[in-house]
Amino acid sequence: MAGSRSPFKNPLLKGFDERLPILRAVHHSMTAHAYPKNLNYWWNFGSIAGIMLVVMIVTGLFLAMHYKPSVQEDQYGINQAFRSVEHIMRDVKGGMFLRYMHAVGASFFFIAVIFHMFRGLYYGSYKAPREVLWILGCVILILMMGIAFLGYSLVWGVMSFAAAEVITQVFTAIPILGDDILILLRGGEDVDDALLNRFFALHFLLPFVLAGVVILHILTLQTVGSNNPLGIDLKSKKDTVSFHPYYTFKDIFGLSVFFTLYLAVVAWAPERLAEAINNQPTDYNLPSHIVPEWYLLPFYAILKVFTWDLNIFGLVITGKQLGALAMAGSLGILFLLPWLDTSPVRSGRFRPVFKFFFWGFVVCCLILALVGAQTSGEAFFIPTPLGRIPLGFEGANGFVWGSTQQWGVLFTGYYFAYFLVLLPVLGLFEKPKQLPASISEPVLA
Amino acid sequence: MAGTPTDVANPDRRNFIVLSTMAIAGIGVASGGVALVRTMTPTRDVAGGGVIEVSLEGIAEGSGIVATAGRKKYSVRRRTAAEIEAAVAGDSEKLRHQETDAERVQRPEWLVLRLQCPHLGCPPQGTAAGEKRGEFGGFFCPCHNSQFDTSGRIRKGPSPANLPVPKYFFASDEMIVIGKEA
Repeated sequence: MAGSRSPFKNPLLKGFDERLPILRAVHHSMTAHAYPKNLNYWWNFGSIAGIMLVVMIVTGLFLAMHYKPSVQEDQYGINQAFRSVEHIMRDVKGGMFLRYMHAVGASFFFIAVIFHMFRGLYYGSYKAPREVLWILGCVILILMMGIAFLGYSLVWGVMSFAAAEVITQVFTAIPILGDDILILLRGGEDVDDALLNRFFALHFLLPFVLAGVVILHILTLQTVGSNNPLGIDLKSKKDTVSFHPYYTFKDIFGLSVFFTLYLAVVAWAPERLAEAINNQPTDYNLPSHIVPEWYLLPFYAILKVFTWDLNIFGLVITGKQLGALAMAGSLGILFLLPWLDTSPVRSGRFRPVFKFFFWGFVVCCLILALVGAQTSGEAFFIPTPLGRIPLGFEGANGFVWGSTQQWGVLFTGYYFAYFLVLLPVLGLFEKPKQLPASISEPVLA
Repeated sequence: MAGTPTDVANPDRRNFIVLSTMAIAGIGVASGGVALVRTMTPTRDVAGGGVIEVSLEGIAEGSGIVATAGRKKYSVRRRTAAEIEAAVAGDSEKLRHQETDAERVQRPEWLVLRLQCPHLGCPPQGTAAGEKRGEFGGFFCPCHNSQFDTSGRIRKGPSPANLPVPKYFFASDEMIVIGKEA
């Protein structure tokens, strides 16, 4: 442990710390001059995400005290699971607040993590020596997506059922074993009681696994140190400040702003980010327009845009398999990012060409989210508060030019090209701007 | 390995003991894992099922009914002569999932299908007259636009296979049993 002698004067603290040196580790990480002094507000989202995980685990624990994972129906045809969620909303004291804290909290947890990741993408936080830090972050993202899907299913509403039905079906894309894996996942041929029970068990367990990975993520951060907006290494003590009080207070301010927005949505628009139809218990019919929660939309878009088969010398990969592969690949490729970006310069501030394609990537993710939300064969549009901006139209013979699917294919292409073509090639040809000699230099000059 | 004595009289013997202990422990962990995964397989009360008797009386030509057995949905559709002709004509087309119409029906007039799109499991529309049936007049999956012909074969869209034909038999001219063979 860092700091071989206990920093505490209080004999009780000192005695405990000498037997289990955990307090000195925390003390050291807060007070050591180890953090770059130029971190901007984009660096707030890491600690915000951590706090959101705590909020989710705490609210989830108390929700679990009332929730019943059972599909058994009462005389009105309402299943127990849905009924218990309504019981939380109507009867449990403060239950409506508790549930909306959890449901909206999932969205805001994703908002924090999305900003955190795009910050990492822009400032090159994934580059050496932070590869492991980045990869652990990707593991966190995938775990979060899984946990969010499991939790959404637990409500056992119309869209919960659709999500469980469609997402477990994706596994049937696996050759030979797919159908058996599906039955093993569901505990039967159909989405039913067995599935709901195991989803609840996993939804309770996996957040603690997630918390474990978060601890590894933080330990890695403390080993390799924070990146910073200039993307250059720390040169001297003049470049750094201690976490406390500098970043504790900056984080508390950012957290306050973030929580103001979060609680405003919980209080005034808790259903704004949800699908209204999920407030009906499922009748085991799929609605004709199935959409996942907003944070999964880009990945859902990549899953659904492949409608043709690929024939490689007689080996046929079906559109369904292509979609499943592409969706898995869109997440898997993030793990390779530290080695795909060939530029030695970390921060996008000093990379004029990269900057352009980075913002293209942000737009790409937004467009894919819209593709995920809209119907494949229909004309694509961008929704705005003032009306729709059409990006497609139906031709004379019924063929749709600029359909949701066509735009989806285009931007799925950009998504993969960003990682596989643009980042590797840019590093070789782009001429970066002059880097400052140290963090303190431009500040003092 | 830290703490391993370096002055063991017979290192081969020591290695043998270590490796065989690890192997036995590995077998123990693996068999425990198998036992745990086995608990996730379907129990007897949910396995099977999905059997239903469907009366064919009153189903008009060109229409059909959807029968639900447990969580499974079946389409029983009475095809018109033109639809049968279109289905047979489709046999000579190049299909993604090559099957003839004769292989998919027991009596040409009656088309019996499991209503589950092989893409991602949505129930296609088109059983009852008036529902959207897609470009080929058969079935249409609203989730991701798969279009099936009047034999339930995939013709356009992402589905990798034809709509599955369940086990069924005609108990009489007026009654079929879906979900098992005679």
